[in-house]
Amino acid sequence: MKPVAFEYCRPDTLGEALDILAERREAAAVLAGGMTLGPMLNLRMVRPKTVIDISRLAGLDRIELRGDRVVTGATVIQADALDSDVVRHELPLLALALPWVGHFQTRNAGTLGGSVAHADPSAEIPLCLVVAGATVVLRGKRRERRVAARAFFTGALSTVRQSDEMVVAIEWPRAPADSGCAFEEIAQRHGDFAIAAAGCELRLDGAGRLAGLSLGLGGVEDRPIAVDTGGFVGRPADAAAAKAIALYAAQSVDPMDDRGASADYRRALSQVLAERVVLRAAEAARQKGAVAR
Amino acid sequence: MSVRVAPEQKQRITLTVNGKVRSGLAEPRMLLTDFLRHELQVFGVHVGCEHGVCGACTILVAGRAVRSCTRYAVQMEGADITTVEGLADPGTLNVLQQAFVRHHALQCGFCTAGILLSATHFLAKNNAPSEAEVRDMLSGHICRCTGYVGIVAAIMDAAGTLRGG
Repeated sequence: MKPVAFEYCRPDTLGEALDILAERREAAAVLAGGMTLGPMLNLRMVRPKTVIDISRLAGLDRIELRGDRVVTGATVIQADALDSDVVRHELPLLALALPWVGHFQTRNAGTLGGSVAHADPSAEIPLCLVVAGATVVLRGKRRERRVAARAFFTGALSTVRQSDEMVVAIEWPRAPADSGCAFEEIAQRHGDFAIAAAGCELRLDGAGRLAGLSLGLGGVEDRPIAVDTGGFVGRPADAAAAKAIALYAAQSVDPMDDRGASADYRRALSQVLAERVVLRAAEAARQKGAVAR
Repeated sequence: MSVRVAPEQKQRITLTVNGKVRSGLAEPRMLLTDFLRHELQVFGVHVGCEHGVCGACTILVAGRAVRSCTRYAVQMEGADITTVEGLADPGTLNVLQQAFVRHHALQCGFCTAGILLSATHFLAKNNAPSEAEVRDMLSGHICRCTGYVGIVAAIMDAAGTLRGG
């Protein structure tokens, strides 16, 4: 339960951190809040030669409104995001999902970027990225690139990040003021890994029909997935639509089968959770519409 | 100043623990938990699972309840740490600790120090919590003796006292 010996680096600047990463590559691990890397180090599931501590780097811990986007730095602590007015108003899906992330004590240290870079299939924050259509900002020594969340996650604990790159920020589209959101998950125990999770963000037109619908599932496949809901746009946002969308979602997933849960159970949960989040998100959107009128 | 510490190299770490400036040596892989116990003799920090699950090692860093087993002493230069020893003067108990005694909120006591520190931060943020909120906060701690009923009652009671009610 103690890590292997490693070299510790705490660079002063992002440039310096990227230089060390470019030099060490796969032999390096990037440490921010340590809520995932810490356990993996202690259990010796990872044995890096070098640990690069970015938790004190200036500028990576900001939440900023930039035009039609919100940019959250990689080292924004989950508890700070939960307390942020910008997150509450502009990223309501993330605000609903954060209480499901770990526990009070782990959210006080864990970061948004750490969860995204780690890419656990059941993690809530990556699921929010996929549902919201967010973009991951990666920086290496010589280049910066932006990858859509739906292309970023490639499997369990796997992303398109190259070994000389670091997740430096997440760019989120600001949720439209009239959108409704919902997030739900099922775990053995609150704060444990989700067996299945669902997030939904939708908008209604003046007649109460679905004008836009984004639905995602986490913990079901080896990465957070977006359900292709295009065929349901234009339908009335009622209980029948929620049932139909949920059935479609459950039929379209290819669930994992492991000692945590069978594929059939995950498929069943996908349907139940999808129906709940679509109904709740529609209700939230209707309430916002009522307030606006 | 950038810091670089070789794998077997011992680095001097100076930080504040319970209001006193303390200093000790740590190689990079030394858990903060072990540093506090073995270098600084702060034995109120308990070692449970060592991978961030059980909550026994919970301390306050700059007032926030966090695990001390999933961070490393080398990270903590200049940090401000509170452990259970810092909650009250020696030989006395604070409001929260007194409530734990009254409600039989501990049996073996192994988890208690961590829970007291979590509850301290939690009540500082929200001095009128619901029972559900207290239970949600406690989901980050494992107690094998009490079944949590006394712990929840103690924290609710302490919240009332701290509000002046």
